[in-house]
Amino acid sequence: MILNKILKSILLVLMFGLVVSACATKKTTTDAKMDSQIQADVYIGTDTVGELAKGVPDRVFFATNESLLTTKSRDTLRKQAAWLRENTNVNVVIEGHADERGTREYNLALGERRANAAKDYLMTYGISADRITVISYGKERPVDPGSNPLSWSKNRRSVTVKAN
Amino acid sequence: MKIIKFFLKTFIIFILNVSSSFSLVEVDITRGNLNPLPIAVSSLSQNDNSKKIFQEKLNIDDLGLEISKVIENNLKQSGLFNPLSKDAFLQKPDIAHLKPRFEDWSLIKAQALITGKVLIENEKLKVEFRLWDVLAAREMLALSFTTVPSNWRRVGHIITDKVYERLTGEKGYFDTRIIYVSEEGPKTQRIKKLAIMDQDGFNTKYLTLGNELVLTPRFNPTNQMVTYLSYFRNLPRVYLLDIETGIQEVVGDFPGMTFAPRFSPDGKKIIMSFAKDGNSDIYTMDIENRIVERITNHPSIDTSPSYSPDGKYITFNSDRSGYQQIYIMKSDGSNVKRISFGKGIYGTPVWSPRGDLIAFTKLHKGKFYIGVMRTDGKGERLLTENFYQEAPSWAPNGRVIIFYRETKTDDKGEGFSAKLWSIDLTGYNERMVKTEKDASDPSWSSLLSN
Repeated sequence: MILNKILKSILLVLMFGLVVSACATKKTTTDAKMDSQIQADVYIGTDTVGELAKGVPDRVFFATNESLLTTKSRDTLRKQAAWLRENTNVNVVIEGHADERGTREYNLALGERRANAAKDYLMTYGISADRITVISYGKERPVDPGSNPLSWSKNRRSVTVKAN
Repeated sequence: MKIIKFFLKTFIIFILNVSSSFSLVEVDITRGNLNPLPIAVSSLSQNDNSKKIFQEKLNIDDLGLEISKVIENNLKQSGLFNPLSKDAFLQKPDIAHLKPRFEDWSLIKAQALITGKVLIENEKLKVEFRLWDVLAAREMLALSFTTVPSNWRRVGHIITDKVYERLTGEKGYFDTRIIYVSEEGPKTQRIKKLAIMDQDGFNTKYLTLGNELVLTPRFNPTNQMVTYLSYFRNLPRVYLLDIETGIQEVVGDFPGMTFAPRFSPDGKKIIMSFAKDGNSDIYTMDIENRIVERITNHPSIDTSPSYSPDGKYITFNSDRSGYQQIYIMKSDGSNVKRISFGKGIYGTPVWSPRGDLIAFTKLHKGKFYIGVMRTDGKGERLLTENFYQEAPSWAPNGRVIIFYRETKTDDKGEGFSAKLWSIDLTGYNERMVKTEKDASDPSWSSLLSN
């Protein structure tokens, strides 16, 4: 049937189109690296991560405009809480940060919200509120100066540092 | 802290003669002006004795010429005027000031002419100027005033304000200052200082040393006070600074971060955000008796508050809908109403001094815009689009908006800069505002004189 032929050729064209577009959207290596380090808009790499103590990561990362803790963040914070329970003489400051893609004042509030999300989680694991101070830096202290999604994802963070 | 003295009270203005009769020259500032008015600014004349004193006291060879350059620059920056080259002027300043030969000035296509005279009288600088309508061949305005010689740049600004007002029918904005945050150093470790300068970028003074992070300074619309955020001793709090005495103090003893301060239109209150336990709400504080009032009470982020010029309403941004949007409410916090409904997120609403518009920052599809909307949220107009820009602040006449813009860095994270820009409400006349170093968070003062 002629109709069938036409349909077949349309299908072929469509399939060809798909292959071409798949090629066109194939990531460059840097993009691929970026994707592997950002999951659901949250940074999951280790480039900038320091240690609060041996084997205890100092920071957790957030999605754009969010202050929700991811599974990985909660895991990090539980390690921090365990270490703090053993080292009762140590107090901490949680610094909340935002990326550069928001207005300065809103980002100050967002940084405060993120730092408190981390603080609340430490508290549910037995760390008393008077051992934890929060401070928001908004977008004022980026750790990565880049203007790209990977850099921004590293900057959306809260960092737990020893006080004094 | 440096002590900075301003000589605000030293100006005495006499109105000699304001001709309110019909004239041929006028400038329409309600739309983009593609044909700026050709105007000739003659050098202000001076006698030999005064000239000698200016040279000795101010180290300026030709003060009359320098003041005329201040005026020319102001007029040019406004986008409404085209100051003509002095090379083409045929008449000498002193003679033109007495009685211009209008044929000569119309020959070089000038439609308006400014002439003047400066002299020293009892150690004071005495200034006289006239604005002439060249086409109608008559005087439009004549004024004289006295000040201290060191204020000579302000003489140029005051003359510009008077000329602007006479020709456009609206108040000027030239005898004003900008307070802003001066920035230097790498992006990850910026050093920030409070800085103040004349509206045209001259007379920059630094008000803090850069030891602690400072952000978002704002002028009191009624006096020389400034409110800003300082991280002094790692406690981010709202401060009050008197730029005449240099005295600064923390405002309020809140158990957490206070930020996003702004004065009420009568200058008696500070409205700001207070963040505690992950929630930011809006508060006011009476500067005199320190009484604090809570204005919003919502688990979302409420910040960037700004009063309407009559003090009856407050606009602010909140993410109570899920994303940052603009709201208005009565000044007691009642009748909260969302007004931004366009695509994207909206922040930093600032009420126009004329009361009819709200300037804002908008983020949509990865681009930042400065725009204006009416106070009911309708009539949104986007004035400028860029990689990053925010923090609009209105000129006191509500015709020009100043804001800051940041550049995108390259792959290595280099090439960052922050600069002040201004744009007319019409969306035309976008200009970079010169600052000694990088700059952000500008706030425009009220008119210093009159």
